[in-house]
Amino acid sequence: MSARLQLEGITKAYPSVVANDAVSLAVQPGEIHAVLGENGAGKSTLMKIIYGAVAADRGRVLFDGREVQIRNPQEARALGIAMVFQHFSLFETLTVAENVLLGLDRSQSLAQVTQAITAKASEYGLPIDPLRPVHTLSVGERQRVEIIRALLTNPKLLILDEPTSVLTPQAVEKLFDTLRLLKNQGCSILYISHKLHEIRALCDTCTVMRGGKVVASCAPAQESNASLSRMMIGSEPPALAHRVSKAGAAVLQVKALSLPKADAFAVDLEGISLTVHAGEVLGIAGVSGNGQKELMAAISGEDARVSHESISINAQAVGSLSPGERRALGMHFVPEERLGRGAVPVMSLAQNLLLTRQEAVSGAGWITPGKLKSQADAIIARFGVKAGGANAAARSLSGGNLQKFIMGREISAQPKLLIVSQPTWGVDVGAAAQIHAEILALRDAGCAVLVVSEEIEELFELSDRLQVIAKGKLSPSIARADASVELVGQWMSGLWEPAHA
Amino acid sequence: MLKLEPRAEPSKAWVYASPALALLITIVVAGALFIALGKDPVRGLSIFLVEPWANWRGASEIALKSIPLILCALGLALCYRSNVWNIGAEGQLLMGAIFAGGLAMWATEAKQSFSPWVFMWLGMLAGAIGGALWAGIVALLRDKFNANEILVSLMLVYVANLLLSYLVFGPWKDPQGFNFPQTVTFDDGTLLPRMFKGFRLHWGFVIALLAAAVMAVFLFRTFKGYKLQVGGLAPAAARYAGFSSRSALWTVLLTSGALAGIAGSMEALGPLAQLTPHVSVGYGFTAIIVAFIGRLHPVGCIFGAALLSMFLIGGELAQSRIGLPSALSNVFQGVLLVALLACDTLIHYKIRSASRSIYAGKVAKEA
Repeated sequence: MSARLQLEGITKAYPSVVANDAVSLAVQPGEIHAVLGENGAGKSTLMKIIYGAVAADRGRVLFDGREVQIRNPQEARALGIAMVFQHFSLFETLTVAENVLLGLDRSQSLAQVTQAITAKASEYGLPIDPLRPVHTLSVGERQRVEIIRALLTNPKLLILDEPTSVLTPQAVEKLFDTLRLLKNQGCSILYISHKLHEIRALCDTCTVMRGGKVVASCAPAQESNASLSRMMIGSEPPALAHRVSKAGAAVLQVKALSLPKADAFAVDLEGISLTVHAGEVLGIAGVSGNGQKELMAAISGEDARVSHESISINAQAVGSLSPGERRALGMHFVPEERLGRGAVPVMSLAQNLLLTRQEAVSGAGWITPGKLKSQADAIIARFGVKAGGANAAARSLSGGNLQKFIMGREISAQPKLLIVSQPTWGVDVGAAAQIHAEILALRDAGCAVLVVSEEIEELFELSDRLQVIAKGKLSPSIARADASVELVGQWMSGLWEPAHA
Repeated sequence: MLKLEPRAEPSKAWVYASPALALLITIVVAGALFIALGKDPVRGLSIFLVEPWANWRGASEIALKSIPLILCALGLALCYRSNVWNIGAEGQLLMGAIFAGGLAMWATEAKQSFSPWVFMWLGMLAGAIGGALWAGIVALLRDKFNANEILVSLMLVYVANLLLSYLVFGPWKDPQGFNFPQTVTFDDGTLLPRMFKGFRLHWGFVIALLAAAVMAVFLFRTFKGYKLQVGGLAPAAARYAGFSSRSALWTVLLTSGALAGIAGSMEALGPLAQLTPHVSVGYGFTAIIVAFIGRLHPVGCIFGAALLSMFLIGGELAQSRIGLPSALSNVFQGVLLVALLACDTLIHYKIRSASRSIYAGKVAKEA
């Protein structure tokens, strides 16, 4: 029996980088096959080649033993290949059924599609109401829509790109049940991830990529996290030194903050209260789209509607202060979006320094280019940012390196309060370890740190206390030592007060 | 078959090659247009491209016409870099001319004698106030009511134009002017001092060049200029940093209005020496093209202004020498802008022949 999908010597070079270098792999029918690798290892390019979105320079693609030329996604779907992207392509104002209808190649009536969705949904245990508008759905439900859309094409090969980044641990289990059901029906699954324990729990085989090449292939069930990690990055990430926190005085206090949503697709914040003390890390867990963005904008000062008394820094009310005025009080913020918010894409690293650091600006408002450049050079050197120097444009850096630069920019300001949203989102393992170590070092130096992340593992690694945000409300705080993944996962669905709910 | 492929990095070379290619395309189109109109294309092109430079008088006229273009384009470049789409420099220029012209008219009629070196600054101040006032309306409506600045600034051009007409047809009409719609000729003491005897070019040219230098320093060496550009390039980053978008809106509109107003004052107190309904020949609109040809860079604006100024003079020459309508220069301006916008595609995309994928298609069919 021939393999469902076989790649032979796939090579794709871009002007600056060889994204795929003679990549070969085979996926059997009814197999869940993991593709593991850091960001920039070439996983995404490989998937785009399989899905027909990018043309390979060299190499052969065999599907069910027959050589095929996949020139565009339509041809991929015609062959029986479906893909669920990490970033959804749904129209928020349309209903689930309308969205699915738009994505189908054949012309069907809306009623037929609605019926088909309900049928698939019950078959695979993916409950969804086809008539609901997409903007009322949670991120997890949106992913369900994407999966159902893919399943409606009756795929022989389903590609999933980082599917669990938006799910609670419980929802991840449900997704795995669905995928195992598909596998038992003979559907092959290509599962792209960098989460080692998931791959070990779910996948039959694993192809590990590094720097565009296949470096190993293995049966993940027989490997450990450490051995997989070694294959993926060539070494094990350094273990973090955990020290007991010496929590001091309250630095950031948010008191009963309620904020109606600014637009139809945002989340209302309801009665948010939290306190971050000097020398501790407070982690905020939650599935994305539950109010994290809104809370961050309120604390950073980007949302100017906050009442003056509801946020205070070192007992001084700051609710009506601008982001710059809050920064002057020692609050520094690393936003989730690096390009376009944390940094201006076309400006150089040195110029991007000026966003939050004005040491190189004289009292009269003159910029001293030499001072600015040496300041940027120092950050690049201290935080090991791989870039073409202080004059490199922010957008020419990889996500991890830009994040290191932005973290470096805020950390070297010696903040009293650091707020970080998604510190390692899209960052490779090596850089993530470095960023974690920097955050903990800052904590040990007595800085109050607030970390918002969707990755529970990361929060358990960094935090001294945890709180969970769900549907715009914040759970009570729990010490990390008392928390478990199950409990936090349950809280992520908003179920922390069974008595009054 | 040609195909556009996005570049990994925007091409630095094409940022500067694009205006050159656009100019070449404009010249080719112009040549074709001359042939279609039954004129000798070589002669036609030489009238537009060579003759304006042929002697000192021509060159000084190019410099003269480039003064309002440079001043307006500097302000517009500042606006566009800050993502504020002011296209009403023409109206701001007219208001500047009205304010400065009004002041000169008062001085002339009140028989106040001024030194030109003193009145020059008074005229510029009056013009700056008039232009800034007009642009201030745009800023106010945008700030208070979120009114679209493109529409407001454009519509205010017509208001300014009609106000000028009302004044010169009505209260400000020269009583001894044989009922022509024009003001009195301003007293010599109110007129801008000329740079060379026998040429119309005045010292406003030097002021325009200085303004470009000041603008370059402001944009690239001051924190204030930096903040404005962050607001234009990445509004979310400006919010994150805490740079006020309101203050940016007011700053760029008032500055560009004042610069256009100064341009208007220099037209009224320079070559015209009076107000007529036709103070401007569309300098405020032409300056939009100048700003883009100049890559929104102050120094680029000087070269762009010289180029467009040459077109304006070429249009006049084409009318007198070979009997073509002077509106031809508007046609060329339009062609130049469209060609530039098309060529700018090459900054972000490269052209690939799509033959390879056709070949791939054939293979797939045979298989």
